[in-house]
Order: sequence, then C-alpha cells, then structure tokens
Amino acid sequence: MKFTEEHEWLLKEDDHVIVGITEHAAEALGDLVFVELPDVGTAVSKGDEIVVIESVKAASDITAPLDGEIIEVNEQLTEKPELVNDDPLGAAWFFKMKLTDPSEIDGLMDEDAYKELIG
Amino acid sequence: MVNYVHLNSADFSAIYGDNMADYIQTALYDLHISLGAKMVPFAGYEMPVQYPTGVMKEHIHTRNKVGLFDVSHMGQVIIKPKNGNLSDIAASLEKLIPIDIIDLPKYHQRYGFLTNKHGGIIDDLMVSNQGDHLFLVINAGCKKTDVEHLRDNLDDNCELELLENRSLIALQGPKAEKVLSKFSNQIIDMFFMDTLKVQLQGFEVWISRSGYTGEDGFEISIPNDNIIEFTEQLLEIEDVLPIGLGARDSLRLEAGLCLYGHDIDQNSSPTEAGLNWAISKKRRASGTRSGNFLGSERILNEISNGTDIKRVGIVPIGRAPMREGVELFKDRNDTIPIGKVTSGGFGPIVERAISMGYLDTRYTKVNTKIFAEIRGKRMEAVVTSLPFTKLNFKRSN
Repeated sequence: MKFTEEHEWLLKEDDHVIVGITEHAAEALGDLVFVELPDVGTAVSKGDEIVVIESVKAASDITAPLDGEIIEVNEQLTEKPELVNDDPLGAAWFFKMKLTDPSEIDGLMDEDAYKELIG
Repeated sequence: MVNYVHLNSADFSAIYGDNMADYIQTALYDLHISLGAKMVPFAGYEMPVQYPTGVMKEHIHTRNKVGLFDVSHMGQVIIKPKNGNLSDIAASLEKLIPIDIIDLPKYHQRYGFLTNKHGGIIDDLMVSNQGDHLFLVINAGCKKTDVEHLRDNLDDNCELELLENRSLIALQGPKAEKVLSKFSNQIIDMFFMDTLKVQLQGFEVWISRSGYTGEDGFEISIPNDNIIEFTEQLLEIEDVLPIGLGARDSLRLEAGLCLYGHDIDQNSSPTEAGLNWAISKKRRASGTRSGNFLGSERILNEISNGTDIKRVGIVPIGRAPMREGVELFKDRNDTIPIGKVTSGGFGPIVERAISMGYLDTRYTKVNTKIFAEIRGKRMEAVVTSLPFTKLNFKRSN
C-alpha cells in the first residue's frame, strides 16, 4: 500500500489502483454523512478535486492522487457514508483508477514514511 | 484532500496549525484534555469540538440520555441597582430589550435580545430576576460589544459586572433531571425557565432549567475553584457523557434555534428571524409598556406588517448538506437568488441534511420547492417549519 501527503492510500490491483483515505484522515474528518463520487470514465489529472465528502462538521474534497482514468466507483458509499469511518482501509475504498503512467505509484510514500508524516 | 474547510461555521476553522496560545482556556480545560477532547478555537476560546465519542454519537446521546457541555465561554453578567430597587434597573434594561423585565417573576428567566437603534440584533441572551439583581447570560463572541452597549446605555443606577470567577456548564437531555436531583431534590420542582440558587458541597450553585439543545435540562453556574470537582462527579454518574461544540451546533440546528453571528446579527430584525414569540405582549404596539426600546419603530411595525425576508427551515431532497452561505433560487435556471442558507448540516436524529436560512417572504410557504446551488449545481430543497425535532421542555402547563 502507498500513501499521499493528502492522506489517501493506493493499492495496486491487476492493471489499476484502488484509492481510499487513511484511518488518520477518517478520524480527523469525523462522522461522514455525504459522499459524491465521480463518473466512471472520467479522465483525471493529479490534484483534480474528484470526490466530495462531508462530515457532520465539514465539507472536504478528495483529489486525484495521480493522472489517469476512473474505471470504477464504490457506489455503496453514497448510501452508507459511515462506512468510511468504520472501515476506511477496506470496504470504504472510493474509486479504482487506471494510471496513465503506472510507474508513478512507486514515487509515493510507503507506510513508514506516511506514519512519520502524521507523527 | 482533507482541506478541513468548515463551511458550517467559520469559528470552527483551522483545526490544525492554529496558534492556540492566543485563545482563552476555560477552568475545565485540563479536564477536556484528560477526556481526550479535540480542541478548536471558538469565539476567542479554546473549546472542545468533540470527545472520542464523536459528534454523531454525542448528539444522539444527548437526545436519548444526558450530555454535559462546558459553556463557560459564555458571559455571565450581573446588573445591580445602586438604590436597591430592582424595578428601576429592570425599567432601564427594558429600553434595550423588547421583553417584559419589570414583571419578570423572581427566580424566573426569559429569552430575549439586545436590539440596536435600527432594529437589528446586537446579541441574544437569557435574563433572570435574582431578587436583588438581574442575571444575564450572553454569547461569548458578543461579550465586549454587549458590555460596552450596556454600560453606555443603562442609567447610572445600574452597576454592571461581567463575572470572571464563575464557570458555566449545561446538563441537557431527558435524564438531566434524574442526574441533577442526586445533588439537590429542589430541582425536581423547577419548570422550564425557572432558576434556583442553592448551596452544594460548600459553594453556591446557580441553576436555571434551560439550555440550547431543544431538550429538558439545566444550565449550572459554579465558582471556578469548584468546577472541575463538580463536573467530575457529574461525569461519574451513569448516562452522563461530555459533549462538544460540534454536537451543540447540530442539536441547536435540529431544534431550530438561532446561532448568533450566523442566523441572526446586527442587520437581522427579530421578525425577519422568526423571533416575534420572544417579544412580550406588554412591549408590543397595543401593550401596556409599548415600544420605548432601541429599534422599536421598525420592530413594532414589522410585527404588524411583516417583512420582505423570513427565516425558515430548509430540507434538501438529496443527501448533500446545504451549509452556511449557500444561495437559494426559485427555479433551476434563475440567476437572482431569493435567499441564503445561514446554518446547515446533518441532523443525526432526523437522519437527513437540514438547513435554515432567509428567504424572500413570497417563497416561505411550507412545502414550497426551491433550489440551492452547491458546487455549481442546482439541488432541490423544500421549505419547512421549524424546529426539525420536537422540543422536550418541562413546561408548567
């Protein structure tokens, strides 16, 4: 599993990656009440705001971690946003994307580096 | 991601990286930390926004059992008559607040607001008759303005003191009476808005049967020196959990109550805000002590003739919360807004997104379909009455 400074995790699966947010992020956001997912097929660039998440306290975005195309989204989250708090690293993945340059994932943080980042 | 943008309340901004040294700590600060609270800046104070329980569960716990809130950031003000005659200072205060204070029964409290000369609201507050003085509880963010306004406008017979030596906690929820009765049986006889002064464990406790969650409950003023010990005793009782500002905000929103600086301010009038109910009959156009308060011309006129805009409840059809600042439109394509959301978020008990805001009065009929613009998209919503949840006060009749 790889991590971004924006508190996302990426997991390689076949020819694509699965993306979610870390426990640290889920904890900091608080109870989620709303998730809006991108359309499958959307071409995204690193940094694009592609998911809207709202907790009881706040609205935030999830940005695209790298360049690529959205190939699947986790529709379950629209009906059950609270899954993100219950299982951020598992059942509550947000989307799957096909990377434009699959080697770019190697440049992201590993778990130790991420743990150091969040202290 | 994770911008931590707190759209529902600017005061909750900057959870991380803010310089907390600039903020005042309440006497309960160390207890909040030991309870694992997440602290945020709010109205110049460093306050718990939530405990490990989390906002959602804290909210539901308060509605079902009982929650304990530190509200020591709020201002506690005493006004005493130099000549010893309480009705003289009540008459002086009536020039600044459109409620009946002269005939306010001893040990009883009323909700009211300080108005400005334009009929806007300087602050909303509680005022009670304590026999030899009046006791006010004012908003944290308005303390300085209120005290200056009161000092400038009350007559010389009024001696005003902003108390720094007392803390304030709120015990809210259906089990609040059961919990507090372990300390004093007398509280069982209190009704909504009654107050009581009682000696407990060697110090004087000032209790009012009120709060700002829509639930039955009490606000309890205790000397700073005794607050930690007393609060710890309350927290040891079954069903009592500490509740942060996050749930306090969603509780008052579900109860349809205004948050000063958001739903009401210096520009909004009581009638626009839907607060006519708080203006005593005696102070209205046909009352025995009609008018004669700041802004009375506009306010009394508006009570009779209505206003161009009105505060209403708004329920989004979809799941997306409509938060403070979101503009409202009469249809999908109209470019001119008919109103704006002033508070919005998620209601954990009603289990849906809820908002309140001001709308052009022509569109305020219940069930009117309107549109809100969120992130560039028009989303459907419906005008509703307030509150969103049933109010559970222990009224006397």
